Amino acid sequence: MSDTIKVPTMAEMMAQGKSPEVLFWVGCAGSFDDRAKKITKAFVKLLNKAKVEFAVLGTEESCTGDPAKRSGNEFLFQMQAVTNIEVMNAYEVKKIVTACPHCFNTIKNEYPALGGTYEVVHHTQFLKSLLDDGRLTIEGGQFKGKRITFHDPCYLGRANNVYEAPRDLIKKLDAELVEMKNCRKKGFCCGAGGAQMFKEPEKGNKDVNIERTEQALETKPDVIAAACPFCNTMMTDGVKGKEKEAELQVMDVAELIANAEDL
Amino acid sequence: MNWIPNILFAIVLIIGIGFFAKNVKKLVRNIKLGRDIDRTDHKKDRWNNMIRIALGQGKMVVRPVAGIMHIIVYVGFIIINIEVLEIIIDGLFGTHRIFAFLGGGYDFLIGSFEVLALLVLVAVFVFWVRRNVIKLKRFWNPEMKGWPKNDANYILYIEAVLMCLFLTMNATDYQLQQLGAEHYTQAGAFPVSQLIAPLFEGLSQSALVMIERSAWWLHIVGILFFLNYLYYSKHLHILLAFPNTWYANLEPKGKLDNLEAVTNEVKLMLDPNADPFAAPSEGDEMSEPEKFGASDATDLNWVQLMNAYTCTECGRCTSECPANQTGKLLSPRKIMMDTRDRLEEIGKNIDANGGTFKEDNKQLLDNYITKEELWACTSCNACVEACPVNINPLSIIIDMRRYLVMEQSAAPAELNNMMGNIENNGAPWPYNQMDRLNWKDEA
Repeated sequence: MSDTIKVPTMAEMMAQGKSPEVLFWVGCAGSFDDRAKKITKAFVKLLNKAKVEFAVLGTEESCTGDPAKRSGNEFLFQMQAVTNIEVMNAYEVKKIVTACPHCFNTIKNEYPALGGTYEVVHHTQFLKSLLDDGRLTIEGGQFKGKRITFHDPCYLGRANNVYEAPRDLIKKLDAELVEMKNCRKKGFCCGAGGAQMFKEPEKGNKDVNIERTEQALETKPDVIAAACPFCNTMMTDGVKGKEKEAELQVMDVAELIANAEDL
Repeated sequence: MNWIPNILFAIVLIIGIGFFAKNVKKLVRNIKLGRDIDRTDHKKDRWNNMIRIALGQGKMVVRPVAGIMHIIVYVGFIIINIEVLEIIIDGLFGTHRIFAFLGGGYDFLIGSFEVLALLVLVAVFVFWVRRNVIKLKRFWNPEMKGWPKNDANYILYIEAVLMCLFLTMNATDYQLQQLGAEHYTQAGAFPVSQLIAPLFEGLSQSALVMIERSAWWLHIVGILFFLNYLYYSKHLHILLAFPNTWYANLEPKGKLDNLEAVTNEVKLMLDPNADPFAAPSEGDEMSEPEKFGASDATDLNWVQLMNAYTCTECGRCTSECPANQTGKLLSPRKIMMDTRDRLEEIGKNIDANGGTFKEDNKQLLDNYITKEELWACTSCNACVEACPVNINPLSIIIDMRRYLVMEQSAAPAELNNMMGNIENNGAPWPYNQMDRLNWKDEA
């Protein structure tokens, strides 16, 4: 299925004397995590379909430093940031799109003071703009009439006030968007942020992702839509924990659109 | 001897306000123990925030019941204070209802004070029921045991007593006006106290004067007492909510500050021309290197310390915290309460030692806030969003994590692994950076 995707790198573009319209920042999860790689590919297919001239950094990309910073390791964060900024500035990057809200937040908010100022958009915002500009069209397809609930990623929602772009995309699928009790500003964390993804949770009586999954299940959804690879992992684990994986799927908004289009 | 009450009143007033001023000085001194931070940019946005969030109570009504009740108490508090102005003038000059010359306007004022006083009584009663009968969870978290719980109830009792005194004062005043008593000007409308006035029917004029004067005195003394109680209670928010919202962070919630001291080090490390063995420049030698992050209250910036004094322990942060809701030790409210308690301890230490802090072998970390609490945070910003006066518990958690990691290398082992991976291969997992684009060709 993936034999047709085109993923040029910045180095290749530069060799051809071209500069892409946007840099796709893939992120560590999108590059290495098996589940997240599917999201990456779905997004690339949409970029290809809309004929967006994009490029990736490929092997020149490195962790933004987000989990290090949130763990308290400002040194490591700034080393990562400065290295990445050097690479991107050398390529004269102007605009960046990423499917990871953590990368999005870090590059958008924390890189400028270190010398890296770019226009940074989340992939749901980018897809929305492609639709608005008529470069991409979607029809409901297989999700028509399905109940879809959207889980707000903290680093997209509360952290950066992006609530509507992903919802607008879901509505385009002719699906029924059903909201959880805790949504938008009151969105409940999946449990992965602040570097929790990389450690065992502290002692408690429940895991955060189980609590959030229960909130999602209350809406009786056919699909739990996510917009963050880490939320996706946490919610997928939560659904498995509740033994509901046969009844519903956890999918990224980009995957929903790519699937609707049968890409 | 007619002037004795006036002198007495002036003395009470001076003591009450003077003692409060002394505590305000101490409060400002303690807040200034924090590190410097510049929060004076974008003044227009700051005024907007203050007007919308503190003055306009914009974030309170997210929870409608508590929000609307709170607005009643808040409006009552502000409006009824106009009456206090009259009381002070009357007290100092021996007049009675000095504003009575306003005529119909005065009737309207007193009438609305009375209605508000009644509404405040109702709201305070509802608040008390929520805390003590319904026992809302957020008022019964572990950090609310003992003083914080009693403190909250004392405040409700004081407010109720003040309102009852105000209404009693008016009811007896109304009776005296009916009797045509000397000195009791015919003024004011008493829509609420009229209803309790029959309680005082049949009393002699002198008994009525006794009750009226007692209520009047107790009311103003009570207000002065309450003013001075603020500093010792959780109730400073009625004053600090205003500066606190003005100085609050205006950046996107997801943006953490970049430590400047680290930036300098990183630049040095990456600068091929830098000489790592260079002698420090003149004057640098004696200065101690700056501590990274925070292990004690005084390592935090002054806005964070003001946050701690502003917190009124409502617990909206904790009730939204995903870690707290799933039984973890972390409670953002406790982070703020601990910060304040430790800062108070430092302040008292300074006072007791003639103006300088004497090492007490205690600090905010471990003695107040444990590592387990700090590592339970998902940095989701729910607490920051929930706070009705823009307090930021997350910033304190991150500063304390910075101390743990950069000064003590005390991160949990799994996080050390993650950070080792980032350092070695540019990803939090042990994958080779050269494999970063492999996904492109995988089926």
